[in-house]
Order: sequence, then structure tokens, then C-alpha cells
Amino acid sequence: MRSEPVVQVAALVKRYGTKTAVDGLDLVAGEGVTAVLGPNGAGKTTTIETCEGYRRPDAGTVRVLGLDPVRDSAALRPRVGVMLQSGGVYSGARADEMLRHVARLHAHPLDVDALIERLGLGGCGRTSYRRLSGGQQQRLALAMAVVGRPELVFLDEPTAGLDPQARRATWDLVRDLRADGVSVVLTTHYMDEAEQLADDVAIIDAGRVVAQGSPEELCRGGAENTLRFTGRPGLDVGALLKALPADCTAAELTPGAYRVTGKIDPQLLATVTSWCAQHGVMPDRISVERHTLEDVFLELTGKELRS
Amino acid sequence: MTTTGTYTPKPGAAPVARMIAAQAALETRMLLRNGEQLLLTVVIPTLLLVLFSSVDVVDTGDGEAVDFLAPGILALAVMSTAFTGQAIATGFERRYGVLKRLASSPLPRWGLMTAKTVSVLVTEVLQVILLTVIAFALGWSPHGGPFAVLLLLVLGTAAFSGLGLLMAGTLKAEATLAAANLVFLLLLVGGGVVVPLEKFPDAAQSVLGLLPIAALSEGLRDVLRDGAGVPWPQLGVLAVWAVLGLGAAARFFRWE
Repeated sequence: MRSEPVVQVAALVKRYGTKTAVDGLDLVAGEGVTAVLGPNGAGKTTTIETCEGYRRPDAGTVRVLGLDPVRDSAALRPRVGVMLQSGGVYSGARADEMLRHVARLHAHPLDVDALIERLGLGGCGRTSYRRLSGGQQQRLALAMAVVGRPELVFLDEPTAGLDPQARRATWDLVRDLRADGVSVVLTTHYMDEAEQLADDVAIIDAGRVVAQGSPEELCRGGAENTLRFTGRPGLDVGALLKALPADCTAAELTPGAYRVTGKIDPQLLATVTSWCAQHGVMPDRISVERHTLEDVFLELTGKELRS
Repeated sequence: MTTTGTYTPKPGAAPVARMIAAQAALETRMLLRNGEQLLLTVVIPTLLLVLFSSVDVVDTGDGEAVDFLAPGILALAVMSTAFTGQAIATGFERRYGVLKRLASSPLPRWGLMTAKTVSVLVTEVLQVILLTVIAFALGWSPHGGPFAVLLLLVLGTAAFSGLGLLMAGTLKAEATLAAANLVFLLLLVGGGVVVPLEKFPDAAQSVLGLLPIAALSEGLRDVLRDGAGVPWPQLGVLAVWAVLGLGAAARFFRWE
């Protein structure tokens, strides 16, 4: 393991006029894949673009591979691959032409033909960029980020608007990058993407990191879990509740559908099933629902719509 | 590291000369592939040269019409590529994030600007070859020294590039498109390209003579038609425009 983090953001502040986009944000990304999750307008892109050297912090420090992205830009640029949220290609250029061009700017680029094949861009043929589908444009931008064999890639919403096949192809490539020792920092608002890909997830809201950890840690922490079962309608849930630990709840949601919330552990599951046995109830469709990252996310960032 | 995978990091910038050559080649290809750009840089100058040389539309003074027109059309060619074409192309590159994306590539900014200049110069060489051949076919008999002509073309390119990049880097792409075409049209009419400056009132003449297009077309005409030496006044005007334009572009250009 590298001794210093790949990306280190400390107390970052970035304002646009009177609007504060990033408000004292701390973020540390190590090797592997780091996902930055957040609702629209949370400051994800501003944070990433500050790391890419596009914006100067109003306050705080940013270090990427130990370097300052603005001051040490020349040293950093060959080592870092960038995928913008959109655009970045001459509207009249063909996909393979643009990718070959970016490859030529690097000393040891990947095999362009293999990369085109890998990302299914072979079918673009002589079509110019502006006439490519949104998915093809996204995959080209991804290819451009990795073709220079960087140590670190920043992917800003790499699968936004992709169909499921293209999404899988992108995920597979990210996994291969990780396996080959490339660090990845990506933004997304797809929870499953973060769960599938990330070693580490940072949830951002209103310009700050509100939680960071592995997907498992985030799902385990704090939040309550749920146990559901179905049985004969009209069971005495009050009696069931008496058998359970103090902080639990029990309710019959619809006739015959029961829900128990609380800290669901093996002991609690055994208590519920033995209570059922004592009362001659066969608990059908018993299920334990673990919290998903989505639950954690909504809990932390609220359920109201963002502008 | 025990194994090497396909994506195992091996970063590094290509040699800067190779990057600039690649960038210049790509920019030139983009320009030559673009129909609207070719209309400006090739079709319009060629049509004007052929039309005005063969049909007596404007009174171009004594002597062969082509001897008056060819220098003006060469100036127009420089303006169409260095100013109009470069402003429109760069404006849309800025709008579509091309400049932004390239800014995070190993190519330094000065390298990108150098590549743009090379691309403009390559295009101008092709234009000059084409227009010279056509002009000769129309009976052109140029005079003067190639050094003075070269100096005028280079300074004219610098002046128009500065103004084009200033526009591309400060206005919205659509505004650049509209304004660059409008300026092209106005300078075509009022800059001594096809209409002699003497046709305008005296007061207007002295102002129009300070325009970069007028300085370039009149300077080229002094040399190529009248066999003058180095036209210092026109070179001076172009140098001032070049300094002001490039200075302002360097100061105010916004990359996104």
C-alpha cells in the first residue's frame, strides 16, 4: 500500500458568487475505487473538478497523488485520467480518431483497437461525435480517460443515461482497472453502482461529506432493520411485542402481514419464531431486510426533491 | 508489482513536439472536413476572385482587375482562416468542452495554441497556393519581393488570430458565430478587398485604413501590384492590432 492517500481534500470551500457549492469538505480516497454519492447540486462535480485542477479552492487544500492540482498541473496531468460529465470531443471527430489522438498525447498508451473493441465502440465507424448516441459518447469519454495508462482516473457520472448492457461494460472496466492497480474516483447517484464497485463511499450533501465508509459499514451503522413475516390474520401483536427487546416495534400492516423493526440479530429471529411456534402460527415468507445504501442515503440527505 | 495487467499504470506525456504535431494535424483535419468552414475559406474567396476579375462589377481603377483583386483576396483568405474560421471553431470547442478536456491532457496550453497557429498557417498555405494558381489563370502579373509579402501575411495572421481568439474566448459560441460572420462581411466590403478604399469619402478612408483587413490588403497591393518595397505603415498597423488582439485574448480568454 501507498503511504499517502491518492486524493486528500481538507476543509475545501468553493463559492460561485454568493452560492457556496462546497462548504468545508474533507475527503480522503485511498487506492481502489472511491464513490462520491450525493443528490444533484450537492457539490460532487465541483469537488471532482477541483481535484482535476479546473478550479482553485477558495479555502482549504487539495492534494492528488501528493501534488497540488493547480500548481503541479504539468506533472500531474499525464498521471491522471479525466472523464467529464459531458462533451470534450470535437463535434466533427470520429470516435476512433479522437481516441487515437488522446493516445498520441501519451508516452505509453493502451492499444487503441483493443480498447475500442472492449467498449463496443467499433460500430461507430465513420460517424462523427455529434451523431453518436449518448451511450457511445459516454463510453468514448471513458476510453479517453483510461487510454493514457494513468495511475488515477476521475469519472464524473460514468454511467448516467447508459442502457443496462453499457452500464455492465463500464462496471467491468472499472473492476479491471482496480484489479490492475489503477485508483478510481467516481461520482454517481446510482446506489447500486456504489454498492457494486466501491471500496469506499463518501456521501456528500450541501457541500459536505455526511458519511464515509465501505458500503457494508454504511449499511450496518445506525439504521434499524426490518423483519417481515406472514401468518394467520389477527395475531396478538401486543403479546408478541412483550416477548421482544424494549426498543422493538411490532405491527400487523395488512391482515396477516406482520412487521417487526429493531436490531435484528439471530436472537431476535429465534424469539419471533419460537413465539410463533408457541401460538401455533406458521410464519410464511419470513424475511430479514438489510438496509440498503439507498436507505442510508435517503436517511442522511432527506427525501425531499432537490432542485 | 508482481503481474502486469492491461491497465497497469504506465503514465507519461508524449514528447511535446509530437503532441503539438498531432494536435495541429487533428485541428487541420477538423477544419478541412467542415463544410461551413470551407465555404468561408475556399469557396467565397475563389468565387469573388473569379467573378470580380471576369465581370466588371466594381471599378477597380486602372490596369487589370485581377492585379487589384488578387492581393485583396489573399488578405481575405488570411482573415477567413485566422479570424472567422478560428473564432467559430474555437468558440464551439469551448462550448462543447473540448478545450476543457484538452486542458487536463498532457498537452500544455501553449502547445494547444501553437498547434492552432500551425493549423491556421497550413490552411493559409493551401489557400494561397489555390488562389495564386487561379489568379495566374486569370492573367495576374504580380511584382514585388516575397519577403515583404511573407511579413504582411504573418503579421496579418497574428492580428486576426488575436481578434478571433478574443471573440471565441469571451462570447457565447452562437454569438461568436453570428459576430464573426458579420465582421467578415463588413470587412469584406469596407476593407479594400474588392472595393477600392478610394471609393469611400475621405474621412471614412482614413478610419478604414486603420482596419487590419485594409492594412493587409493595401499592403499586399502596394507590393504585388505596384512593386513597392516593405510597406512599413501597414505593417505598423498590423503590429498594433496583433499586440492588442493577442494581449487581450491572453488576458480575457476563458477556457470554459
